[in-house]
Parts: sequence; structure tokens; C-alpha cells
Amino acid sequence: MPADLDTYIDTVAEALALPVEEAWKPTIRANLDVSLKMAWMVQEFPLPDEIEPASIYRV
Amino acid sequence: MSDLDWSSASAIAEAVSSRKVPALDVVNGVLTRIEKHNPVLNAFTDVLAERARAKATKVDSAIARGEKLGPLAGVPFAVKNLFDVEGLPTRAGSKINRTRAAATRDAPLIERLEAAGAILVGALNMGEYAYDFTGENIHDGPSRNPHDVTRMTGGSSGGSGGAVGGGLVPLALGSDTNGSIRVPASFCGVFGLKPTYGRLSRARSFPFVPSFDHLGPFARTARDLAAAYDAMQGPDADDAACVDRPIELVSPLLDQGLGDLRIALAGGYFQKNLFPEAKEAIARITKALPLSREVELPEAMRARSAAYVISTCEGASLHLDRLRTRPNDFDPAVRDRLFAGAMIPAPLVDRAQKFRRWYRAQVLELFKSVDVIIAPATPCMAPKLGQTTFVLDGVELPVRANIGIHTQPISFIGLPVVVVPVPLEPMPMGVQIIAAPWREDTALRVAHALEQTGAVLAKRPKGF
Repeated sequence: MPADLDTYIDTVAEALALPVEEAWKPTIRANLDVSLKMAWMVQEFPLPDEIEPASIYRV
Repeated sequence: MSDLDWSSASAIAEAVSSRKVPALDVVNGVLTRIEKHNPVLNAFTDVLAERARAKATKVDSAIARGEKLGPLAGVPFAVKNLFDVEGLPTRAGSKINRTRAAATRDAPLIERLEAAGAILVGALNMGEYAYDFTGENIHDGPSRNPHDVTRMTGGSSGGSGGAVGGGLVPLALGSDTNGSIRVPASFCGVFGLKPTYGRLSRARSFPFVPSFDHLGPFARTARDLAAAYDAMQGPDADDAACVDRPIELVSPLLDQGLGDLRIALAGGYFQKNLFPEAKEAIARITKALPLSREVELPEAMRARSAAYVISTCEGASLHLDRLRTRPNDFDPAVRDRLFAGAMIPAPLVDRAQKFRRWYRAQVLELFKSVDVIIAPATPCMAPKLGQTTFVLDGVELPVRANIGIHTQPISFIGLPVVVVPVPLEPMPMGVQIIAAPWREDTALRVAHALEQTGAVLAKRPKGF
């Protein structure tokens, strides 16, 4: 996880051309912090290299 | 009919088909109720009085000619305003979509319900872009819970839950990505069906997270839910995810009873983060059913995390251009979550997708030894409008992000779920009946059996 989320937000916002205003950053940061924690919780789970992503289901 | 206001769809269809009540009288009655109660409930954003009366007149003429109508003859219904309705811009609860061109054709699910004789009466309030668990819309105002108008309906299909729960219509359609049918069904005390992913066409509806968006019905009885589902089934090439699978009617199977169904209770994750009323709702259901065992959905908490990550990222991808060009026209709470979703590194999202495959395989394994799994639908009764936090298991948490903690680990693997209403005081509480893919019949059978015992009931709210 980036040590400085504010810098990360600025960098990604510029890369994606997202017009993030200064006043919005605390909420974006809080949401991103939660999202990244959740994403890392999933990342830590061991999965076989061969597993494929799921998108549309067929049974 | 003694009480048209609270009649089931099935009773209305029977009365209209047998000429006891003209469809036009039914529609006029519904329009009057909407006029009376909608200023408080704020369930409808658009009322289609002229269209509904014209359709009702056609239904009555067809019956007068002796034509055989479908099983929903004369049944008024309404749809979340993310369905295309001819002549209306498809708003999806947003300010931005109001400037879209009006839809030139109804969504296929509307067409199929109308082919079965049902009558569209309007479009319903919803959380902005369906990214919502509360039913509070910043542009249209909050939809209000008919059991206590100071409380939330739940989202994002809040208008659908409020309209059916308040008796404005017997049938409504909504969408469910992370729980948006199941949460309002729970809070508003009605039945809701999230079908198997790919079963009902989503064509001509506004998406949110296409890899786990579902459309489905709300009703006040399990039989009505089944009738609506049956009318809407069938392949549709216009939805890439809609399967080429034959129609499998569930209505004729409803009265089979529980038979030798293997019914399990979800343990572990699903027995945590519950207010006392949610525990009471589960207790009442488990007492009314012959439970065979308790099962644990492995890694359910991690599954919820994966669902959260995929959802916010896929949603951000959908709205990226609008975020770039019209960020001030979003609800800030939605906008800032979508901004965050756009910033999650791609490998983490891909990992969540792969985890989804693993998790789904584990859950499907459970269905080799059970037929349905019982789980809470929401952690609590409907919170107060504007309430931002609640305390779960001793921890203060944001309401908006945590109402769906028990629905998210199910929807993102596409399982069919029926939510049934347990009539508690002061507010109803929903319970999920989860089945294997394509086994809507089993979940609805259990819902119907529970309804027969009296354990579940869509109770009429005071004043409605």
C-alpha cells in the first residue's frame, strides 16, 4: 500500500485525467484506504497460478 | 374483491380475468393510492397514468372479446427508474442521465410482463446509479419506509420496496448488484427475488457492475414473485450475459411443500454482525423449517472484500467519462467512492476476480449436500433516514457501507436468492433463502412453505 495516499491520489488522478478537487480528497482517501485494505486481504489469500478470473458464469 | 388496495397480483389477475373487476378500475385505484401516499413515501419518480389507463382499456377489451390473457392480467406494476421506459430518459437515480434522450422502447422485462397482461404504472426512486444501500437519493429525495416513514427503505431499489410494501402496487422490478433487491425487501417487509446471474435479461436497463448486475421482482407473496419471474424468463440475445436456457416455470412447483429438501443454516460469518432483531428473524425461520445442518461458506469475509473491490472498480470504469466531465453533478458520496474505485491497482482487481472463481467453486461444493441455505438479509431493521453509523458487535461502523455485509458474498457469485419478510415489531426483517444456480424453484418453494406456516408475511403497514 502506498505510504502517502495523497500523493498516490494526485498521481493516478493525473494519469486518468480525473479532476479531483482538494476538498474531495479526504473522502476519496478514506474510501481508497478501505478499498485497498480489502484488496490486500484478498491478495494475501493463496490461489493456484492456473486459476482464471470469473466474470460471466456458465453452469 | 374486498380489499383491492392490499390484494396480491394473483388475486387481481383472477378478478380481472373472471370479469369481477375491470382492469381500468384496478389501475384507477392504484393511481389514486399513488396520489395519496406517494407525497410521503416518495417511491415514484414518474407516474404513467395515461399509458396505464390505455393499457387497462385494452386488457378489458380483450377480456370482453373472450381472449385468454396471461397470468398477470390487469396487474399494475412499476419499475426502478434504471429500466428503459419508452418516452422517458433512463435516469438510474442520477442528475446526469436526465439529459439523455428518451428511451424509444421498453426494457424486455417490461415487455414480457405486459405480454402476460400486467400494466406498467410508473418508474421508481432509487439510489444514484444503484451504488447505494440506503434508498436516500440526493436528487429526488429519500424514499421512505411505509412501516415507519422516518426510516430508510434500503437501497438501491428503495422505491421498489416502498411501493410494494406500502401497497401502491402489488409488483415492482428492481436491480440487485450487491443486495439492492434483498436489502429493501428486508427493510420494507416484502418478498424479493434475485435470480441466478444470467437468467433474466438486463437489456435496455442502465448497468452498474455488469459482471454481477441482476434484475428481479418484488411482491407481497411468494406466489406473485414466482408468477412475475415465470413471465420474465427466457433467452435474450440483447444481453450478453443472458443464458440460452429454456424456460423452467416455477409457479407449478410452489405447492410441493418442503418434502425432503436439505435445508442448512449459514454459520460462521453469517452469524456475526447481527442486531438482536436479525437474530430473532433467523430464529423464527429456523424454528419453522426442518434444518438438517449448519454450513460455513468458506472465506465469506474475504469474499465480501473481493465483491467490494470488483464492484467499486467496475463501477468506476463504467462512469469514468462522467467522472472526468461532470463530477459536480454526482452525489458526492457516490462520486468519491467511484474516484477511489478508479484508483485501485489493476493486479489487485484481477486477483479479486480470480478469488471469485475459487470462492464460487467452494460454495457450489456445499450445494452437493444441501438444497438451500438460510442466512440473514440485513444486519438490522431499517435505520433512520440520515443515520450514518451503527454499532455492530461493539464496533461503530458506517451504515452505508455495511448494510450489505450479508448480501455481498452471495450476489457476486450469481446464486439465486429469495428474501422473505419476518413480521417483527416495530419493523419487519428479511431472511435470505439461497439456492444453487438455476434453482429458483427450490428457494421459492421454501419461501411459499414458510408463508403457509405464518412464519413469514408481508404485513400491511398501519395507515396504508
